[in-house]
Amino acid sequence: MTKKKHTFHIKSDLTRKNINSLYNQFHEQFDKEELREIDLNRVEKIDSSGVAFLEYIQENSEKAELTALSPKIKAALNTFSTPEESKKSEKQTGFFEKLGEKALLSKNSFISGLYLTSDIFYWSIKDLFNTNVRQKNSVVNQCIAIGVNAVGIIALLSFILGLILALQSSAQLSKFGANIYVADLIGFAMVREMGPMMTAILVAGRSGSSFASEIGTMKISEELDALRAMGINPLRFLVVPKFIGITIVMPLLSTLSTILGILAGLIVSVYYLKMSAYAYLYELFDYITLEDEIIGLSKSLFFAWVIIIIGVYYGLKVEGGSEGVGKATTKSVVASIFAVIVLDAFFSLFYLV
Amino acid sequence: MKQNIINIKNLTVKFGDFTVLDNIDLSIPKNAITVILGESGCGKSTLLKSIIGLQPIHEGEIRIFDKDIHDENFSKELEKLGMVFQNGALLNSVSVYENIKIPLRQHTDLPDEIIDKVIKAKLHQVNLSHAMNYLPSELSGGMKKRAAFARAIALDPQLLFCDEPSAGLDPNTRYALDNLLLELQNQLKMTMLLVTHEISTVRRIADKLIFLHQGRIIFKGSFESAQESDNKLIKNFFSKA
Repeated sequence: MTKKKHTFHIKSDLTRKNINSLYNQFHEQFDKEELREIDLNRVEKIDSSGVAFLEYIQENSEKAELTALSPKIKAALNTFSTPEESKKSEKQTGFFEKLGEKALLSKNSFISGLYLTSDIFYWSIKDLFNTNVRQKNSVVNQCIAIGVNAVGIIALLSFILGLILALQSSAQLSKFGANIYVADLIGFAMVREMGPMMTAILVAGRSGSSFASEIGTMKISEELDALRAMGINPLRFLVVPKFIGITIVMPLLSTLSTILGILAGLIVSVYYLKMSAYAYLYELFDYITLEDEIIGLSKSLFFAWVIIIIGVYYGLKVEGGSEGVGKATTKSVVASIFAVIVLDAFFSLFYLV
Repeated sequence: MKQNIINIKNLTVKFGDFTVLDNIDLSIPKNAITVILGESGCGKSTLLKSIIGLQPIHEGEIRIFDKDIHDENFSKELEKLGMVFQNGALLNSVSVYENIKIPLRQHTDLPDEIIDKVIKAKLHQVNLSHAMNYLPSELSGGMKKRAAFARAIALDPQLLFCDEPSAGLDPNTRYALDNLLLELQNQLKMTMLLVTHEISTVRRIADKLIFLHQGRIIFKGSFESAQESDNKLIKNFFSKA
């Protein structure tokens, strides 16, 4: 098809239902250098898509002019025309610049995290017995939300974990006639490692995410600002009860997890390895010391504090509405689990060296 | 006589035992700007939401373009309607530009270049060209409202509903928005149904007023006749506005 036409006679209304076919017609039948005239004589209706289309043709043909403009079309052009775009020159950032920015951001995040940690500890200790600054029963409610409501899932998963550990280790140990050491292995693993860590991971998933989303939602709906405007410190009002609550329930949940894991080991030893319950428990209590218990419980405390600080930190950093809350929640869970595992590795190194 | 674009018969909406709208009979004329007035909590927003099918109704019938809004086939008509919500109701996860693009992408087969131009024109109309790449969370309340307005008029709807369109806007922007409403009505023969408390806006643009009180219509008519009304509630409303 030759593209030599000088005039584009638009024979239909310039409304959005017709634009696609007119757009194709323009590209198929007209040469942008040859088009001189856009005849609007037969156009009776025009909407904003029609005006956008006319502007598009004019921009894509060097000399095309609109002719036979009725007052109606002139008015529509006036109402719907696109302004001259002020083209923004976007700043280009190089690799090292981006790296530097990230490093600076990380440093700032780390410092604000430290400030937050010190604030939480300061107010939690100061307000430990000062119940006037928080809602009535808020600590009890937090203990129920973080602890009591998590008992079922933690008990079930710890029991299954204990079963797996016992079955896997007994399969190996029985080859050497060392069945009795299943008790040592399960006891040591559950008391010092798996009990506290398993509990921490589950609490991070359940409660850490809820800390971040609750505080984040309150931030975007200006509830935190409202508290501040009333002269109430949001940390004292909202975070301290959670901090005290998680500090109370984490060691208890960790102990429950340890007991259930050991119980699973006992069942495997009695029914699979045909060991007596007395022998299992005697070996267990002979091997596990008070120091192991203290290490396990102290770990669970540190894990609890890491979970709440990370949850609150990401909650307070929420920006951008509901999507921001979702992102902060995800980040807080990932960061909490990561921090718990890294902290556990440090503990292992510290206590074994 | 003007043709009616919305016809409502015996509309009753209840929240539990509380009757929010009580036996409403109402017709909205085509190509006119109708404003719903009334004190807070009288059922204005519920009426608006009921008309566009967002609020389940207890009794009655609502017809738009002579079709029952509760019919399955009514969804095809939705592209002819635009709605500006009280708080903007923009999608927070995407930019202002993308928010306006959504209806154009969903309901038209326009080429991308034309869609781009339409979006920029709409943003220019609401004086928000500079903020097209911003996320809604980065906008002020008034800017959100204007962005929501641009999204609502993206498809040049035949019928535009606005819940408090000018609340939170400065007088200049409010005036510009009023002019835009008049222009759109004039250009596209758009029918508009607004809920507002801004008497200056009502005076400037309203063809017809509907006055609600405790879920019932107590007045229908022009702004001038409302001002001359003997009804105590209406007199009180205008005297304190």
